[in-house]
Amino acid sequence: MSRLEVKTPGQAQAVVEQLYRNMERRIAASPPGLCPVDMALNFLDLCRAQTCGKCVPCRIGLTQLSNMIREVLDGEPDLGILRRIEKTAQVIVDTADCAIGTDAAQLVLMGLKGFRDDYEEHILHHRCLGCLKNPVPCVALCPAGVDIPGYIALIGEGRCADAVRLIRKDNPFPTACAYICEHPCEARCRRNMVDDALNIRGLKRYAVDQAGDVPQPKCAKATGKSVAIIGGGPGGLSAAYYLALMGHKVTVYEKQKALGGMMRYGIPSYRFPREKLDAEIASILSLGIEVHTGVDVGTDVSFDELKQQYDCLYLSIGAHTDKKTGIEGEDSVGVVSAVELLRHIGDNEMPDFTGQNVAVIGGGNVAMDVTRSAIRLGAEKVTCVYRRRQEDMTAQQEEVEGAIAEGAEVLTLQAPLRIEADENGHVAALWTQPQIIGEMDKAGRPRPGTAAVEPLRIPADTIIVAIGQGIETRGLEQTGIKIQRGGALLADSSTQLPDMVGVFAGGDCVTGPATVIRAIAAGKAAAANIDEYLGFNHEIESEVKVPTPRCTDLRPRGRVNATERDASERKGDFLCIECGMTDQEAGQESSRCLRCDHFGYGIFKGGRVEKW
Amino acid sequence: MVNFTINGRELTAPKGATILNAAEKAGIPIPHLCYLKDLNEIAACRMCMVEVEGTDRLVPACNTEILEGMVIHTNSPRVRDARKTNLRLILSQHNSNCTVCVRSGYCELQKLSHDLNIHYQPYPVQPERAQVDLSVPIVREASKCIKCMRCVQVCDKIQGMNIWDVAGTGSRTTVDVSYNRYLKNTDCVFCGQCVTHCPTGALTVRDDTTKVLRALADPEITTVIQVAPAVRVAWAEVFSLPAKQATTGRMVAALKRIGFDYVFDTNFAADLTIMEEGSEFIDRFTHRGKYRWPMFTSCCPGWVRFLKTQYPAYTDHLSTAKSPQQMFGAVAKSYFAEKMGLDPKKIFVASIMPCSAKKAESELPTMRDACGDPDVDVVLTTREMCRLFRSDCIIPADLEEAEFDSPLGTGTGAAVVFGATGGVMDAALRSAYYLVTGKNPDADAFRAVRGEKPWKEAAFSIPGAGDVRVAVVSGLGNTRRLMDAIEEGTVDYDFVEVMACPGGCAGGGGQPIRGGQEYAGQRGSQLWKLDAGSEIRFSHENPDVQALYRTYLKKPLGERSHHLLHTDHGAWSAGETAQREAEQDW
Repeated sequence: MSRLEVKTPGQAQAVVEQLYRNMERRIAASPPGLCPVDMALNFLDLCRAQTCGKCVPCRIGLTQLSNMIREVLDGEPDLGILRRIEKTAQVIVDTADCAIGTDAAQLVLMGLKGFRDDYEEHILHHRCLGCLKNPVPCVALCPAGVDIPGYIALIGEGRCADAVRLIRKDNPFPTACAYICEHPCEARCRRNMVDDALNIRGLKRYAVDQAGDVPQPKCAKATGKSVAIIGGGPGGLSAAYYLALMGHKVTVYEKQKALGGMMRYGIPSYRFPREKLDAEIASILSLGIEVHTGVDVGTDVSFDELKQQYDCLYLSIGAHTDKKTGIEGEDSVGVVSAVELLRHIGDNEMPDFTGQNVAVIGGGNVAMDVTRSAIRLGAEKVTCVYRRRQEDMTAQQEEVEGAIAEGAEVLTLQAPLRIEADENGHVAALWTQPQIIGEMDKAGRPRPGTAAVEPLRIPADTIIVAIGQGIETRGLEQTGIKIQRGGALLADSSTQLPDMVGVFAGGDCVTGPATVIRAIAAGKAAAANIDEYLGFNHEIESEVKVPTPRCTDLRPRGRVNATERDASERKGDFLCIECGMTDQEAGQESSRCLRCDHFGYGIFKGGRVEKW
Repeated sequence: MVNFTINGRELTAPKGATILNAAEKAGIPIPHLCYLKDLNEIAACRMCMVEVEGTDRLVPACNTEILEGMVIHTNSPRVRDARKTNLRLILSQHNSNCTVCVRSGYCELQKLSHDLNIHYQPYPVQPERAQVDLSVPIVREASKCIKCMRCVQVCDKIQGMNIWDVAGTGSRTTVDVSYNRYLKNTDCVFCGQCVTHCPTGALTVRDDTTKVLRALADPEITTVIQVAPAVRVAWAEVFSLPAKQATTGRMVAALKRIGFDYVFDTNFAADLTIMEEGSEFIDRFTHRGKYRWPMFTSCCPGWVRFLKTQYPAYTDHLSTAKSPQQMFGAVAKSYFAEKMGLDPKKIFVASIMPCSAKKAESELPTMRDACGDPDVDVVLTTREMCRLFRSDCIIPADLEEAEFDSPLGTGTGAAVVFGATGGVMDAALRSAYYLVTGKNPDADAFRAVRGEKPWKEAAFSIPGAGDVRVAVVSGLGNTRRLMDAIEEGTVDYDFVEVMACPGGCAGGGGQPIRGGQEYAGQRGSQLWKLDAGSEIRFSHENPDVQALYRTYLKKPLGERSHHLLHTDHGAWSAGETAQREAEQDW
């Protein structure tokens, strides 16, 4: 026996490690709607396998918890069992010697609180509240419900124009989403169980790039009804698009000089090239939509006038006001809001940051957009200041990494304290209070707290505040529209405003700042409900036939990720950063799709929504 | 066309054909369990797995399209193993108490298990546990359900009622009433299409034979049985009788053997229905402004329940005439009792119906008009009748033909077609024509309403009354489309016949089950043949019906008719409405 040995994992252990990774991916690919009690039981059984076996509460207690929950699922006990489960779990939390037992029992307690209804339904009615409403994970998670397996199959057959047509059934902005969608669809892709989620957005980008100009379908017979859309962003234009297809007369009022909303005045062109945006908007307008830009409803024309003039109104004014930090010195010259800066850029009025030190406050996608724009506008140094850690940023990680690659400094755990101005009232520096990361909040994000360290001075010529946007509600209160606390308009999930007949609202102005695809989804819902309100039942469908699925290839394979232009080159211009897929890449990537519209539950129910 | 090889044979199939269909066409059957053509091609049971060369895994034949050059093996060692293992897995959750299962002998699972030579089970058997509700005619035994989803599909796609659904998630997934409801609280019309498409005994129509046997055993009781038109063209399928022996006379003989005191014919009541409903239509048609249009037939209880729950605003469009079954019961416990000097309380009226909804109809509070007791005491399905024959060891082939008894045993050609889609309309028009003109039309003048098409339209001119625009529809999915069209005003009719089951009663939920296959068309054409061969083809010429009017009812729509033969469809509530009312009572 040697005194010390080098640790080498055995073969079994190596396989188990691999199984852990597989399980992790598998859990990530869980479809929405599963019975939470059943899932809790199975998680608990996994915990049971992890117990070291030394202590009573963990070794025996977890087993007894598992037995009791199984009885609940079998519909045997009465409601009293819930008290016993709770008591047992609490004792395990209180008495287990280490985290293996404590945390496992904590999961059970969380579930008892979090989904008590499910427990009770099983006990009282021997029924389950879980159900698979939409069995295709990507479609279920796309706010607009785009037929993703359908268009991927079309791409696989090289029918990119048909792919665009099919997407337009649910989303009139295939190009915008191809470039800048946050792709919630990829989160639970079933392919995760085999290797990795499909690069859905990448494939869509390939389709729109290849398809070129795809003519729009014909509008239905004119109905004689007129709708005004207030706000020509993605949501407003989506509503306009479908309402025009349904045969209604649509007029869009836009406050800014050009249409596009945050796609133009929020998202920089290096992420979404302007000419692509312009072409997509032109294509939508080709349906015969009337547009008035530079018209501020409330100032140039009153809300009530529009209400009288049109049969129906859709409010999609977005969230375009900036939020202030409220710190001392914020009114100094050289402090700008991200919203303002990006609006200028959107109108091609480029500020010059040549040679400047720029500090950006915030950790969201907008903070990254202004950080990377500032670099392109000639800044010498751009520092992004955030009060939590990099992994806590709400910006997409690839955005943060992209900014860093382009030379941005990311200074984390620094809370803005005050802004120092020089004698002319011009920004001189940003003072921050260093933070220490602390306890988790309810959503599981750790809170920062003041660190026992002296404040930090960050010299700056320009400070850009990117801590969120608000909704411009001035002028709306008087019209009788209900404003919620926090400034958002009150509308229900059908986009209908309470107590106001014929007025609908959706997108950022209802949800607060969100994503393009959520605004599109709201516009789509509004179009359907407005059509219904106007007394029609037009159905939107696509003539494109989705190819019959063939046997899928289940051999694990890498995911084709997007490549980007060299950081040192791209940081000098506003041209598109991301490179599209090659034919070969698109062919391979599309073949990874598991066609959940057909295989599994899809062929039985909910695999395809042909029309809405 | 595509070329392919299957079990070494080189064959061709049309493009787009599935492996299962192409193989079957070539005389190579592939076992399957959940599959129903066009209705349920979901590859859930994995019985139809086959090996395709060049593909790693086995593929389901039922929904895999055949491709050029495919080389397929349907009986390779891998396929054999896969089929047996998957069948054993199904059986491990199935209550295989075949000896006491109503489906024994015509259960698709039992047959497949036998065919695949399954004679031991390595897995412990743990069927699902759940309670059985006998308060409604449709009974589900969870322990026998194999989750093939046929019931869900037939209810969604054919009947459009969405009563069944998948319930629960994960390995506890099962089939149950949708939205966690109980069947009695839903708008289920009890058509029984889920039952006739169920491969096992999981869905059955409640067995009421014991009630009949109890009545037969009571010497104080006079037992009367009526047999619906569609029963006579289907019952013999159960005994595999050749067409020549599959006669109404043998069925009557068998019923007499069982011991019923009187074996009568619902056809008699169908002719009576035509007299009432035809007169009612003419009365409404000649006083157009007083009524809302169109008028609907009311003889199908599934349809009546459908209209009352799905389109309640249209309830008073229904003819107030009762269905033949209920007219029969009311007449048996009044006219017949009086004529025979019997106490109606001591008459037990049973029906043999091709239908499960008739059971619910007979239990309605409004169907007690003759003496206060239910006019029809119990309803058996065609299948239950056949089970009675079997349990009495009756061999129908050996029986001498017998006649229905008098005075409620005669029926015309116009009555027998009640069992086929279009039949009620055809019969009603024949007599309506006579009632207006005093002359018989050609008995085949209205043939445009016949045939299997699910939604038929026609217009006929009745001299003296005008042009009558009619529609005939069967299947509730089709019916919903027709109702929506009426609501939207895209169609306009005077008289509409609706049957809840596709093809009419011939395809009813109480008829013999033949592996989920549709036999309504075949049985329907038998009925039209019986009509064509009848001596009398007009309801108003039925001599016993004429006698009934002469001696008892006096005239159609008269006072006695009103009391016995008509009903207020608004006087009872069904389904979710009934449930809501019950809750409010609390």
